[in-house]
Amino acid sequence: MHYKLGSRNSLTISTPDGVSFRQIIATPYARGMAALIDLLVILACNIGISIALSFVSVLGRFFADVATSLVILGFFITSVGYGIMLEWVMGGQTLGKKTFRLRVIDQRGMTLTLPQVIIRNLLRPIDLLPIYYLFGALFCFFSKNCQRLGDFAAGTVVIREARPKAPDLATLGVSGDNSFTRHPHIEARLRQQTTPEEAQLALDAIVRRDTLPPERRLALFHEMANHFRSLASFPDEVQESLSDEQYVRNVVQTLYRKSKA
Amino acid sequence: MILDLDKFIAKEQPVWDELERIVEEKEEGKEKTAMPLERANRFLYLYQRASSDLVRLKTFAGEADTAFYLENLIARAYRQLHMRRKRENTFRPLSWFLVSLPCTFRRHGKAFALSTALFLFGALLGALVLGLDYDQKRNLIPEQFDHLYGDPSERVAKEEAAQFDNFDSRQTFSTYLMTHNTKVAIFTAASGFLWGILTMILLFYNGIIIGVVCFDYLQAGEGVFLTAWLLPHGSFELPAIFMGGQAGLMIGRAVIGWGSDLRMTERFRLIRNDLLTILGGAAVLLIWAGLVESFLSQYHKPDFYPWKIALGLFQLVLLFAFLGYGGKRTPSRAKERKEMLPALSSPSSQGHH
Repeated sequence: MHYKLGSRNSLTISTPDGVSFRQIIATPYARGMAALIDLLVILACNIGISIALSFVSVLGRFFADVATSLVILGFFITSVGYGIMLEWVMGGQTLGKKTFRLRVIDQRGMTLTLPQVIIRNLLRPIDLLPIYYLFGALFCFFSKNCQRLGDFAAGTVVIREARPKAPDLATLGVSGDNSFTRHPHIEARLRQQTTPEEAQLALDAIVRRDTLPPERRLALFHEMANHFRSLASFPDEVQESLSDEQYVRNVVQTLYRKSKA
Repeated sequence: MILDLDKFIAKEQPVWDELERIVEEKEEGKEKTAMPLERANRFLYLYQRASSDLVRLKTFAGEADTAFYLENLIARAYRQLHMRRKRENTFRPLSWFLVSLPCTFRRHGKAFALSTALFLFGALLGALVLGLDYDQKRNLIPEQFDHLYGDPSERVAKEEAAQFDNFDSRQTFSTYLMTHNTKVAIFTAASGFLWGILTMILLFYNGIIIGVVCFDYLQAGEGVFLTAWLLPHGSFELPAIFMGGQAGLMIGRAVIGWGSDLRMTERFRLIRNDLLTILGGAAVLLIWAGLVESFLSQYHKPDFYPWKIALGLFQLVLLFAFLGYGGKRTPSRAKERKEMLPALSSPSSQGHH
């Protein structure tokens, strides 16, 4: 399922050098799960503080008073300071965000400044209303870059840190003989004409072929093959010997094939 | 035009690998000292080359995975290249408190005035309602303050007869007050996101409660007790809550965007540091107010009332003198700066040779 929130699920950042790059915006679901982990960590910290200071209480009435006040202070510091400290020290990550490979960044693509970190965490109470980030999640869902209110004020976005790996063509059944390779100049034209989105779409279609009903699969590959035929025309003898699906497989192999070096 | 993608990737891969190594080192904080110039130049070169590769790849080839990989690498390198932390390490607490806080406070003085006015309006209305119908007292004071439901004179007599115990959970109480009131100030500020409406309601509602309590005690002839009880901590606590309201109204204004052509993101960027300064100032005031409320305000000995009231008044005057005049440049310093400004803005100093 392609998750679509706000008006887009990636943030395109254009640098003054004229380079544009995309950052995948974290979904409210992933952010909610990360927040849950952070909540558990905060709870564990609070329990730890309570247990540690309960030993001080046995020393007398004065120390019991000091211990209770330190517990209150500890709870306050962990609940307010946890996000601030970790996001600052870990460059936009908390333990929950690290688990889900999320990171807070400046919405212009730069690292966070301390005021940004503090503001997005201090204004969290309004996002938490009325129960567990409901208000923040609603705002996140309707805002362009999935920002909760604290993010808006701080000028931050939460991205998903993808560490992309090359697809394993062998497991997709596209690593066999490819008749396109006998026409390198047409392959080059195909690569030139194909956009990254089209290439990704073709790869997705092959990966998910088994989830499609037969008639839908035939229609989809027919449409895709026709599209790629229009981008670069291979000789008739190549085209006629291939089914639509095999044609798309060959296209994917051509597009994703890496150097043997 | 990239005719051979395989060759292109094979040729550029070492560049990307080297860039990735530097980015990883920087991300992991391995470099404790500033990067040597030669290495910084190399980093910039690698970033620019990878950026150029991405542009070529996106323009001339449909290789999605490599483009995606490069986008991620460049995003990470861009973040590291535009690291803005070093500049922030010059934070000076004393200068922040003595100069930035009062200057920022005055810059948004209208928001503070509105915040205070809303609270006072609520207080007046609360007093008026209680004056017209005393039976409304229980409806106007929330249950958490049920010790205020009774007759004020009875409470005063009880409090004045009680023995003040310095060790009777005073530290716990003061810590509770500091943290609770700070949370209230933060929430009052955060609620400004709802176009400032919730901030206004919170200020108005809290004003009603205080108005009802004040009227109740004044009507019972316990004005001196009331002043000696509330003024020592209230002289800091209430302005701190109003500062929370001030921050909330600033947020509300940024959301609405009155009188500004800027986008909301930009409007927030302009007030971000000011919000932090005002909330930080409120937190400092609340720490002191918590200590005073716990260790002094609850000490109800009649012969000590004049001292408590005097302290409260002194704090109030000191606070507003500090917020109203603190951080202002001396005339000689201002003149010196004025003289420097034309020199700085003259064409010859801007490098147009």
